[in-house]
Amino acid sequence: MQSSSKRTYYLIPYLAWMLLFVIAPIILVVYFSLFDLHGNFSFVNYQNFFTSVYLKLTLSSFWYALLITGFTLLIAYPTAYWLTKTKHKHLWLLLIIIPSWINLLLKTYAFIGIFGVFGPINAFLGMFGIDQQQILYTDFSFIFVSVYIFIPFMILPIFNSLDKMNPTLIDASRDLGASTWTTFTKVIFPLTINGVKSGIQAVFIPSLSLFMITRLIAGNKVITLGTAIEQQFLVTQNWGMGSTIAVFLILFMVIIMMLTGQKDKGVLLNGQNK
Amino acid sequence: MTDTSIIRFENITKSYDGATPVLDNVSFEIERGKFYTLLGPSGCGKTTILRLIAGFMVPTSGEIFFNGKKINQVPANERQVNTVFQDYALFPHLNVFENVAFGLRIKKLKKDEINRRVLEALKFVNLEGYENREIVEMSGGQKQRVAIARAIVNDPEVILLDEPLSALDLKLRTEMQYELRELQQRLGKTFIFVTHDQEEALAMSDEIFVMNAGVIQQSGTPMDIYDEPINRFVADFIGESNIVPGMMIADYRVEFGGKEFECADRGLNSNEKVDIVIRPEDLEITTVERGKMTVTVDTQLFRGVHYELSTLDADGNEWLVHSTKKAAVGDEIGLDFDPEAIHVMRLNETEEEFDKRLESYGEEQHAK
Repeated sequence: MQSSSKRTYYLIPYLAWMLLFVIAPIILVVYFSLFDLHGNFSFVNYQNFFTSVYLKLTLSSFWYALLITGFTLLIAYPTAYWLTKTKHKHLWLLLIIIPSWINLLLKTYAFIGIFGVFGPINAFLGMFGIDQQQILYTDFSFIFVSVYIFIPFMILPIFNSLDKMNPTLIDASRDLGASTWTTFTKVIFPLTINGVKSGIQAVFIPSLSLFMITRLIAGNKVITLGTAIEQQFLVTQNWGMGSTIAVFLILFMVIIMMLTGQKDKGVLLNGQNK
Repeated sequence: MTDTSIIRFENITKSYDGATPVLDNVSFEIERGKFYTLLGPSGCGKTTILRLIAGFMVPTSGEIFFNGKKINQVPANERQVNTVFQDYALFPHLNVFENVAFGLRIKKLKKDEINRRVLEALKFVNLEGYENREIVEMSGGQKQRVAIARAIVNDPEVILLDEPLSALDLKLRTEMQYELRELQQRLGKTFIFVTHDQEEALAMSDEIFVMNAGVIQQSGTPMDIYDEPINRFVADFIGESNIVPGMMIADYRVEFGGKEFECADRGLNSNEKVDIVIRPEDLEITTVERGKMTVTVDTQLFRGVHYELSTLDADGNEWLVHSTKKAAVGDEIGLDFDPEAIHVMRLNETEEEFDKRLESYGEEQHAK
């Protein structure tokens, strides 16, 4: 009895945190979403969300998130695979993770310099007689910087699942006649799918609400759900609409979490098979 | 090369980064349809041989032939062999049926043929009705069977088994030994089995390769190897044995423990230093007067089927005796043995020289 009541005390900080910073804000967001510009209770914001402007915005936000996640995965998976094969894999992994400790804003500013009209990229292109290019404020620069920032978050879970995989399974697959590619598609990838799913969660969901990179790198040419929320709150001062978009963003996140939900099978079996 | 030969190693050496080779100039031939065992302590190179045959490794030098064709560079997925791995290496994301069907699906066989062959293989290893089980739901012995079914379903010419029984408990292991032996005989395939367990090797094999330090020390039938070990290592590794230094006096006369004895060996130089092996079960307890050797009982253990006595002779050599008769610790007893029980081992004799010497005994007996 005593220990269980003690345990309840230990939970207090966590519960307080959850209440103050997770549950209360969500309630507030839902509450604000139910008021129009003039402070009257109405569902007009929800109606507006289903107009072509916001649906297009949502679609484009998803499209960019998809592109970012896709490219991140394309780069991260082979890198993680290569990492598990190297001698000092944890050192290499650390080197890849370290940049993620540096402030996001700083890294983003660095890219403004790198991609700028007078930046090193243009200087390099200039050596080959290529005219100055507008690299900043393009889809390319937006996706490039986003991918750069998200890569460590994709590599880490994939690396962990690859590292946990019993390497004899690869021998077994080869032994049974599978080529390198078949071994990858039929054994390695299915066994690391949970790592990939975690990586997708860690990249796709934040990509939906990027707003700083859209501002600094894409020059607000790319509008994500995050940018839209920011603008509704700070520019248009339409808190109701901003909250409504936030409500939908939360809903999308929940749906994505459910879609990429982990079936424990792979990881668990993997561990036991060792 | 004979028609029956399926795998041949010619002067195979395998080393990593120029370190001491794991395999040192190994040559041997594997015949079709036999049960081979590679036996040796861990690190002796037995698993390396298996991995070279399977194609997971390329030899540093030397040549590997399969059905008369050189296969050094043939990748694992194109070789006519299948492996049963030590940890089974079953695919955890696939159920029993799909694990067994893996190789057949890669060959893109027709659905009903895959179905037929998988069920047949599962029946072969007594796992009927387990098709839809997940791998985690299977016990160690059942996983073992799935691994075997997954190998045999592809109808390979050679099946490699890498210490497949080491993870099982003793009772199950003995059971599986019988099953594997029987399976091999029913299939008529070549099995190459790797183990460090000498009892397993003796019980199952047609042919044993005893390995140590990257070299095959001796190859032969279980009986050959047990009865005529080539050197101290083999005698010590296979079964329990008493090994004492001795000296050859003349043909059929050998001296050890300060006495001269009649023996069955000849063709050695007189006064040549040798190692003498007598198996504990070949020593018989008798009275001091009737014994060929007098020893003092040091310890006695009851082992169930027999007593295990550790005894000391006058020179301080230890003699292990397995006997159904009992003695008392501290007693002086006599030990009796046949001349044939004495096995003389030349120091540093190669397998070739050893075989020649043994053959000459055979000729001698024919001449008689």
